[in-house]
Amino acid sequence: MIPREFEYHAPTSIPDALGLLEQFGDEAKLLAGGHSLLPMMKLRFAQPGHLIDLGKIPELKGIREDGGDLRIGAMTTENELIWSPLLQQKCPLLVEGARLVSDPQVRYKGTLGGDISHGDPANDHPAIMLALRASFVLRSPSGERVVPADGFFVGTYDTLLAPGEIMTEIRIPVPAAGTGSCYAKLKRKVGDFATAAAAVTLRMEGETVHEVAIALTNVGPTALKAAAAEASLRGKALTDASIAEAARLVMSICDPVADQRGDVEYKIAMAGEMTQRALRTARSRAH
Amino acid sequence: MAKKQAVSFRLNGREVDVAVEPRELLIHTLRDRLQHTGPHIGCETSHCGACTVDLDRMSVKSCTVLTVQCEGAEVLTIEGFEQGGALHALQEAFTEEHGLQCGFCTPGMITRAYRLLQEIPNPSEEEIRYWMSGNLCRCTGYQNIVKAVQHAAKKLSPTPA
Repeated sequence: MIPREFEYHAPTSIPDALGLLEQFGDEAKLLAGGHSLLPMMKLRFAQPGHLIDLGKIPELKGIREDGGDLRIGAMTTENELIWSPLLQQKCPLLVEGARLVSDPQVRYKGTLGGDISHGDPANDHPAIMLALRASFVLRSPSGERVVPADGFFVGTYDTLLAPGEIMTEIRIPVPAAGTGSCYAKLKRKVGDFATAAAAVTLRMEGETVHEVAIALTNVGPTALKAAAAEASLRGKALTDASIAEAARLVMSICDPVADQRGDVEYKIAMAGEMTQRALRTARSRAH
Repeated sequence: MAKKQAVSFRLNGREVDVAVEPRELLIHTLRDRLQHTGPHIGCETSHCGACTVDLDRMSVKSCTVLTVQCEGAEVLTIEGFEQGGALHALQEAFTEEHGLQCGFCTPGMITRAYRLLQEIPNPSEEEIRYWMSGNLCRCTGYQNIVKAVQHAAKKLSPTPA
């Protein structure tokens, strides 16, 4: 399986990459870790005339804390997320999620920014970003804008990232101390996408839910933020009944596509189950 | 045909120069141009791990890396493990523990296990199964592969004082 012919470019700065993107327009595709794009090119579902590799741009890498935010370069790999002491301490949800992405070899190459900006609802980070209330820095030749994760995912393979823009950084507000979180993912085997998965962040005040975020992977055209389920839990105790009601509300917004992972009914049921598991685990981790 | 690009990288410690089309995958450069046929073509879809090589201290599937991405890189394949006629501890361990049946997955398994032991020198069985999960063995000989990695870890660990 060989891709169609293309020209390869390896810029070493963001302005150079933006210049190439402007020059080649629709003919160009950005290459991050390459584990979504290269398989699509090998199958000739994608046939860019110009490939702009972002892998040689140092400023797109790295994980740091700045003010109340974690700032992660878009080309930071899954493996770098997993081994980051800063994230292990301050944002374990992102580490837990990255550990469940594909397999070890893919995680050495796959990047956070690539996973998000590809717009594939089966990817894990979109839901995790929604649950963490992240925002994304999008750079163009005319400057940069910062857009929240909520609203970024427009449709399957469709995001707010405009032609000519590059995602440079992911910003995550440092979760408050005592926040519990969980990414519960059902997959058939290592390397597969989720049949269904749920990302949860949870803050308790005594026995009452102070703040909660719930987002879902691969049960709709995009990652889904479960706003009604979140609202149903705020200010309430986390009981079997309130968790079941949240799961019911989650299931009511699911719109999955039947495939080899299961039929529609099964996937919706699993989205509910993953939500229940993620809520219970997040509760056990909250204090 | 798109214009070829010159790419230089180090392969098992030796400088190599190739001229390739940008669309050429690393596995094809290694096997067809550089006669390093240890990395195998299994699935060609980055699932099976038979084509695993070590690229700049990362285990990668060379069916999903372009050769042009490897400019200046340090590449290690199974051919680089034996030194001066002596097998590497991982190769010995795979022999002693019967860590292979048909052998097709073995170069990828050993190359992946090498990087794992660099990162986690004394992995538990659970860690080995988790961090080796990108390599499939169609003979399903996983039990002895795990034992071989554990055995190699012991051989490689510094002798207790």
